[in-house]
Amino acid sequence: MAEANARPENRPAQNSQIKNDPTTDHSPGPATNETTQDKAAPPTREKAAQDSAAPDKQAAQEQQDNVAQEKAAPPAPDETTKPASTRPTQATTGTAKRDNKNHEPARLEVRNVSKSFGAVAAVQGVSFPLHPGEAHALVGENGAGKSTIVKMLAGVHRPDTGTLRVDGSDVDFSGPADAKAAGIAVIYQEPTLFPDLSVAENIAMGNQPLTRLRQIDRKQMHANAERLFRRLGVPLDPTRPARGLSIADQQLVEIAKALSAEARVLIMDEPTAALSAVEVERLFAVVRSLRDEGAAIMFISHRFEEITALCQRVTIMRDGRHVATEMVADLSVDDMIRRMVGRDLSALFPKQEVEPGEVVLEVEGLSREGVFRDISFSVRAGEIVALAGLVGAGRSEVMQAVFGVDPYDSGTVKVHGRRLKRNEPRAAMAAGMALVPEDRRQQGLVMDLSIERNVTLPRARKLARLGLLFGGTEREAAETWTRRLQTKLGRLSDAVGTLSGGNQQKVVLAKWLATGPKLLIVDEPTRGIDVGTKAEVHRLMSSLAADGLAVVMVSSELPEVLGMADRIIVLREGRVTAELTRGEATEESVMYAAMGQEVAV
Amino acid sequence: MTVTSNRSAPTDAPLGNPAQKRAGNLLKTRELGIVLALAILVAYTAIDNPRFLSGQSIRDNLLNTAILAVMATGQAVVVITRNIDLSVGSVLGLSAFTVATMMSNNQDLPMIVAILAGLAVGAVAGLLNGVLVRYGKVPALVVTLGTLYIYRGITYSWAGGSQVNADELPRHFLTFANDNLLGIPWLVLIALIVVGAGSLMMRNYRVGRELYAMGSSPAAAELAGIKVARNLLGAFVLSGALAGLAGVLYAARFGTVDAAAGNGYELNVVAAVVVGGVAVFGGSGTVWGAALGALLLTVIGSALAVLDINQFWQQAIVGALIILAICADRLVAVRIGRSLRKRDAHV
Repeated sequence: MAEANARPENRPAQNSQIKNDPTTDHSPGPATNETTQDKAAPPTREKAAQDSAAPDKQAAQEQQDNVAQEKAAPPAPDETTKPASTRPTQATTGTAKRDNKNHEPARLEVRNVSKSFGAVAAVQGVSFPLHPGEAHALVGENGAGKSTIVKMLAGVHRPDTGTLRVDGSDVDFSGPADAKAAGIAVIYQEPTLFPDLSVAENIAMGNQPLTRLRQIDRKQMHANAERLFRRLGVPLDPTRPARGLSIADQQLVEIAKALSAEARVLIMDEPTAALSAVEVERLFAVVRSLRDEGAAIMFISHRFEEITALCQRVTIMRDGRHVATEMVADLSVDDMIRRMVGRDLSALFPKQEVEPGEVVLEVEGLSREGVFRDISFSVRAGEIVALAGLVGAGRSEVMQAVFGVDPYDSGTVKVHGRRLKRNEPRAAMAAGMALVPEDRRQQGLVMDLSIERNVTLPRARKLARLGLLFGGTEREAAETWTRRLQTKLGRLSDAVGTLSGGNQQKVVLAKWLATGPKLLIVDEPTRGIDVGTKAEVHRLMSSLAADGLAVVMVSSELPEVLGMADRIIVLREGRVTAELTRGEATEESVMYAAMGQEVAV
Repeated sequence: MTVTSNRSAPTDAPLGNPAQKRAGNLLKTRELGIVLALAILVAYTAIDNPRFLSGQSIRDNLLNTAILAVMATGQAVVVITRNIDLSVGSVLGLSAFTVATMMSNNQDLPMIVAILAGLAVGAVAGLLNGVLVRYGKVPALVVTLGTLYIYRGITYSWAGGSQVNADELPRHFLTFANDNLLGIPWLVLIALIVVGAGSLMMRNYRVGRELYAMGSSPAAAELAGIKVARNLLGAFVLSGALAGLAGVLYAARFGTVDAAAGNGYELNVVAAVVVGGVAVFGGSGTVWGAALGALLLTVIGSALAVLDINQFWQQAIVGALIILAICADRLVAVRIGRSLRKRDAHV
């Protein structure tokens, strides 16, 4: 704050430059020149962080080497010193060590920022710096305020108090255009492309190359897009419309967008949630090279292995407050989790031992042309059976066929020994089945409806009196279940869309559990959910099983599969390749079966 | 696992494969389809009655199309942004009556003043629509349905059953519609200029592409830093102004203007736009497609008259065309979506 007051003449100029005209040209030139002046006075908080970091430098170095080896990425040991040397304008070039890098002003700094929505304080007094050439992780449970921070940096929300500084000068974003002009690119969890426009147009939007008549230079635009795609190593046609792109390709287009804007700050809000491992690795390679070229990266993810693989620094948030900003190398994953949730998660997978009861679900020889073939398994009461396998192995498709959403060609599905009609979800529900789908936004919830209405939807008929629904019964039922699942919510009458991802998932669970099912099918129950909520969902599934519910879980997360399941059925390309008991299953044996290799145990 | 090999391989291979090419062509066939339908219709009618191709008949068709095409241009721009302007018929009426009154009171005013006055009346009306939609956060369908009645009501209460007759209007104003420049009637020329400029703006200028982007994904447009408010107001002002211009052309062509001028035109305009291939949910379609739609609807009207088919059938045919157009769009979209997905079916 002191330094801000010391040089007030700097700020207005910077402000006007940034606000000037975002549509025409946002070359960041003048801003970078100023960075050298500001070097003298780094904020105190940062100094503290860096002091604590210094003694462990060696450890940090080692850790990074390890990571580099694991990932077999070529830019290995000098990774930490590299960013500084790529900035020749800095006086520190050559002798640059990591300590020196920290003396640079942060490219972007969040200073004591608060933001409330109505009575809810989403973010309170959060500060952290984003340094050039560094990837900074932002972690916290769902609802900790990460997305609000992202939206403030993107210019969507304005902080109530506190300031954002870019290259040492305060900025005030009046909209996303200002943030863009300041060199901040944001990749949201859900891609924000224009489906009707070509991929090249999506990338160039607002920044299209122009001919002398100020018309759009299409040839140039397509050439630019092609160059970016080549750099990213993706074979996308720039002229194709964005409609129909896979999520992974959409994310890559978003990255190309950031590249084309020559963003100096790249903010990624859970970019990996919907990506496969291969795609994540590809994304990381691109992000690493951006980082090494001097961009400041902010990375939000619930997967700690990604954070340790990519990030140098981490800021932990809890309930909208800043908990700590530290070097990733100084923290173990357990440390991070403990600080995130503010309590120990000793039992991450609290599976209770249950004596399985009678057979609830029996699937025999289920086949669907081109999707899956000859699937047989059974599930007993009190058992959790996991369907494991790679993405695309047909796990979800099998369960959707069992539930009757999708048709199947041959085979039988029996519940409590009674054969179910195919392709009739109604019959499946009547038989006591409940399906919590993978995509809760599209299949699980009606986003605009209230929480209570969502919870009671599947049994609205049962709750209705004389065919009419009364608020009271609805509320009562909803309250019981949301409380039991510890859902964080304002009022039951709020729209579901206003909840965080983890809490939305709880509402989906509440919705189906309220029907009192005998068999619960959950598809990726903890995708995109933070660690704390994840553990709650696991505990809940375990206690439900202990109460005699049969659970079928489709999951891509091996630790979850191994930790929760009594039996694991592994699918590969639509066929069962292994059925393993809890004792037999190891990460290796499941992966081998999923990849089609011989089980070597 | 083919993913890995595909993706990591350097992409020297030429981009674009048959599936994509086909997808691109399918998109282009949208306007081609209208041209084809038009050709068949004209050919069939001309065989039945060769006079359909006479100079006078063609001239009438083009003159009748001109006013509709001018309004369709503005409407197309609004619909592309995922909105709609139902007030254009009333704006036409208000503008026509304003200009006709003005010209009858000031016989010496040049034509250009009349045009500017019409544009101004329309622009103000359009601005009000835009402000209500953007800042009132009311869906455009509701706002413009409301202003449809408001603008019409203003015209009625002002005119109060009176009308401006052709003999009250200055001669140069009335002959404007029929005067030619290089053999092309002014009316048609103006329509061509409007359609051409509109197409160029939407296709080749940043603001045009931003309007497409806004219609394609409103939320993403906000996040992309597009000046959504400015663009949206611009679209409604444009639509209003062009409806105002259409009012001037209407007064000049028909000479007699009462408060009911342009009553029900909005539906013709929307029909032209939809038949012309502009997606009702925004984001795709072209201005010149909409103009072709206007031409097709006009020609259908006159062809039915020539073929001696009951005029009442015309409305049913227009309705069928609208449904056909939307079905075709859905079908094409689904096809393209499928072919694109198939190509990416690696995840």
